[in-house]
Amino acid sequence: MAGEVPNLEASKLTALVVDDNFVNQSVHHKLLDRLGIKNDVVSNGQEAVDVHCSGRNYDLILMDMDMPIMNGIQATRRLREMGIESKIAGVTTRAEEEEVKEFMEAGLNDFQEKPLTISKLVSILHNLELYVQT
Amino acid sequence: MQRQVALIKQSLFDQGYLDEQFMELEELQDDVNPNFVEEVATLYFKDSARLINSIDQALERGSFDFNRLDNYMHQFKGSSSSIGASKVKTECTMFREYCRVGNAEGCLMTFQQVKKEHATLRKKLEHYFQLARQAGPKETARRSK
Repeated sequence: MAGEVPNLEASKLTALVVDDNFVNQSVHHKLLDRLGIKNDVVSNGQEAVDVHCSGRNYDLILMDMDMPIMNGIQATRRLREMGIESKIAGVTTRAEEEEVKEFMEAGLNDFQEKPLTISKLVSILHNLELYVQT
Repeated sequence: MQRQVALIKQSLFDQGYLDEQFMELEELQDDVNPNFVEEVATLYFKDSARLINSIDQALERGSFDFNRLDNYMHQFKGSSSSIGASKVKTECTMFREYCRVGNAEGCLMTFQQVKKEHATLRKKLEHYFQLARQAGPKETARRSK
């Protein structure tokens, strides 16, 4: 792991993990926890939409691509249609140019290839200007 | 005892069973979750057993729905990658290649390798975690929060 791990608890950032894989849910939740980012976890795009319909909002959404019921591309499009302006980072093992392009065009702000690590997560936060080192 | 645990862990990396992602998970262990890696590993083996069962049943039926098989293996590969299960991940990739070209025999052959590597890793990690627990908190909890 590179560098010092920032503690962003003071920033009160919140995040939503959207992934159908239990292992990834656990890892991504813990990664965010480690950075002091309070986070919720849902299992597919439909649940991500539903949680926003219930009035919840997040600074960052980590969106998997392949999920049952509603995939990441569909969910990202739907959230943007709903006017959700949260930063959405696509996190997936699929890295073919065409697939990434389609995912980005759905409304992502950033993209990272799995597996997610602390340094990749910090990179997402930097790219999305959610973390600026002082 | 702790030295023995360290040596066993090193051999898992040296023999290619685990990659740097496993170390990333270890870095996440703290006083709140001193057994985080073992918990994630348990989740992984439970989830992957389910996927193995699904693929087994699909292959036994004899009808090779390569799309469906590939979807199962995509999930399996994803989990394996997240935990740092390097050899399992490699075999998953091979299987997906055979799915891509519609090679049923290749799928059958590679799936045996997937199961073999999966079973070997499970056994080795169970042994490692058992020893790590006996060795005490120094090896499991890496940091204080």
